[in-house]
Amino acid sequence: MKYLLIFTVFSFCSVVHVSDALAAGITRAVMLSNSCAACHGTDGKSPGAIPAIHGKSSQFISQSLREFREGKRPATVMGRHASGYTDEEIQLIADYFSGQR
Amino acid sequence: MKNYSRRKFVKLLGGTGALLSASSLLTGCGKAASARIVIVGGGFGGSTCAKYLRRFDSSLDITLIEPSSRFITCPFSNMVISGMQTMDSISHDYAAQADRGVNVVHARVQEVDATAKKVTLDNGKALEYDRLVLSPGIDFKWDEVEGMQASDAEIIPHAWQGGSQTILLRKQLMAMSDGGVVIVAPPKNPFRCPPGPYERISLIAHYLKQHKPKSKILVLDAKDKFSKQTLFRQGWEKLYPGMIEWVAGSKGGSIEEIDVATGTLYTEFGDTHKGDVVNFIPPQKAGAIAQHAGLANNDGWCFVDQRTFESKVHKDVYVIGDASIAGAMPKSGFAANSQGKVCAAAIVSSLRGVAMPEPSYVNTCYSLVSPDYGISVAAVYRHSEDKGIYKTGGGVSPIDADATYRSQEARYARGWYDSVTMDTFG
Ligand SMILES: Cc1cc2nc3c(=O)[nH]c(=O)nc-3n(C[C@H](O)[C@H](O)[C@H](O)COP(=O)(O)OP(=O)(O)OC[C@H]3O[C@@H](n4cnc5c(N)ncnc54)[C@H](O)[C@@H]3O)c2cc1C
Ligand code: HEC
Repeated sequence: MKYLLIFTVFSFCSVVHVSDALAAGITRAVMLSNSCAACHGTDGKSPGAIPAIHGKSSQFISQSLREFREGKRPATVMGRHASGYTDEEIQLIADYFSGQR
Repeated sequence: MKNYSRRKFVKLLGGTGALLSASSLLTGCGKAASARIVIVGGGFGGSTCAKYLRRFDSSLDITLIEPSSRFITCPFSNMVISGMQTMDSISHDYAAQADRGVNVVHARVQEVDATAKKVTLDNGKALEYDRLVLSPGIDFKWDEVEGMQASDAEIIPHAWQGGSQTILLRKQLMAMSDGGVVIVAPPKNPFRCPPGPYERISLIAHYLKQHKPKSKILVLDAKDKFSKQTLFRQGWEKLYPGMIEWVAGSKGGSIEEIDVATGTLYTEFGDTHKGDVVNFIPPQKAGAIAQHAGLANNDGWCFVDQRTFESKVHKDVYVIGDASIAGAMPKSGFAANSQGKVCAAAIVSSLRGVAMPEPSYVNTCYSLVSPDYGISVAAVYRHSEDKGIYKTGGGVSPIDADATYRSQEARYARGWYDSVTMDTFG
C-alpha cells in the first residue's frame, strides 16, 4: 500500500514539475517591469493620467527610456526613474511591455 | 489518495523513510496539495502580495486576512482632510481578490505560532500555513508619549491610520473658527510616509486660506529636517505666506508632554502651546501583531533578508511594508506595493526550489502642496549582500520648475493614485 502511494505521488509530481517550469514566468524582465506598474498600471494598462505603455513597440519604449535618462526627452519624473536602469535592463523592460496586449 | 488528509499523508510518507522532505514533495505537487500562503493585512503590502502570488502561480492556496471589508487609504487622505475629496474616493473593497480566487477572511490575527506554522484568528479559528506574510502596517509608541494614551486619539487625532481618524481631523478643522491655531506635530524618524505631515500642513493651509484666512498653523517637529524640505518651504512661501510657522526639534519643536483636555503641548524647552485643533502624530513601530509574534527588534521594527523579505527571526515568515526594515526604502504605500511583488516572487521561487532573479524595487512619493502644485521624490533600488537595498537612481523635483511643471506633477500624482490602487486592490 505504502509503495503504491509513493509511486502515485512521484508520477504525479513529475507531470506537475514540467508545467511548473512553464508557468513560473518569474524572469529578470518581469522583476524589473513590475516596478513600473504602480505608476503605469498593472501590465502597463494605466487607468488614469499617466500614459499607458502596454503594447507599445519595444523600439518606442527603449528609445523613450534612454532619451528620458539622457534628458533628451522632456519629462517630470521619467528622467529620474530611467536613471536607475542600464541599457540591458531597458531592453528587457521594453520587450516585456511590447508583449502585453 | 483522496481519502488521506494532508496530515495523514505526511505521516505515511515519513513512515516509509522517504528521503525527500515531505513539505518539498507536497509543495512540488501543485494542486494535489497546493502550498498554503497566509497573508496578514490587506493594505498596500498584503494586497499586492496576494495579487502577484496569484499571477505567478495559479495553484497556490492564498488566504488574505484583514479585519475591514473596505480599505481606506492614507494616501490622498490629506485631500479628504482639506475637503478636496470624499472618503468614498479613497475606499477600496476586496472583490477583485475574491474574483481571482484569493480567500479573503475578515478577521484579525491574534497569535502567530511559527513553530507549528499556524495563526489564530479573533473568531477562534486557526489556519495552518506553509508560508506566512505579514504586512500589518504601523502601531504607535504610546509609552513614549507623556500625558496621552491610545484612546485619547478620539480627542487629539493622529489621522496616521486611514478611516475614522481622517474624518475626525476633518471635522475638527471644519468646526474651528477663523483665526484659530492648528498645531501639527510630526514624529521622529523612522515613521510612515516621511513627506506625509508636510503635505498635510500644505493642504490644511489650502483649506484655511479659502475658508479661515486669519488662522495659523504651528508645526512643532521632533526633527531638524524633513523630506523635500526645500521644495515644501518654497511652496509654503509662495502659496501661504505668513500662515505656517515650522519649529525644528532642536529649536523648541520637540514635545515633552501633552494635556489632552486643554489641547496644550509642553515642549522640551519649557514652552507651552495651545492649539484649537491639535494633530499630534505619535512615534511609531511595526504593527502590534509583529511585536506579539516576536518579529520586531528593540526599536519596534522587523529585520528581514532584504532580498526576499523573509524574517531574520522566523523561517517561512515574511514581513513587508512599513513594519519591515528595508534598507534605503522609505515607509510608503508605493514601497509596500513594490516589496509585495518581490516577496511574492521570492515565495514562489522558494516553493519551487529555484533561484529568484535579481530583484528590483522602486518608490516615488508625490505630495500636493496645493490642488494644482505637485512635487515628488523618486528612487530606483537594487540589492547587494553587503549593502542590502540601496538606491541606484532617482531624485527630487527641480527647485526652479515653473507653474506648468508643478501642475503636471499634481496631475500625475492623481494618475499615480489611480494606478497604484488598481495595481494593489484592483
Ligand atoms: C497621511 C498619509 C499620507 C500618505 N500618503 C502616501 C502617498 O502619497 N504615497 C505613498 O506611497 N504612501 C503614503 N502613505 C504611507 C502609506 O499609507 C503606508 O506606507 C502604507 O499603507 C504601508 O502599507 P502596509 O501594507 O505596510 O500597511 P497598511 O497599508 O496600513 O496595511 C496594514 C493592514 O493590516 C491590517 N492588520 C493589522 N494588524 C492585523 C492583524 N493582526 N490581523 C489582520 N490584519 C491586520 C490593517 O487592518 C491594515 O489594513 C501615507 C500615509 C499617511 C499617514
Ligand atoms: C513615479 C511614476 C512612474 C514610474 C515609477 C514610471 N513611470 Fe513612466 N511615466 C510616468 C510619467 C508621469 C510619464 C509622463 C512623462 C513625465 O512627465 O515624466 C511617463 C512616461 C513614460 C513613457 C512615455 C510614454 C508615452 O506615451 O509618451 C514610457 C515609455 C514610460 N514612462 C515607461 C516607464 C517604464 C518602462 C517604467 C518602469 C521602469 C516607468 N515608466 C516607471 C510616470 C512613471
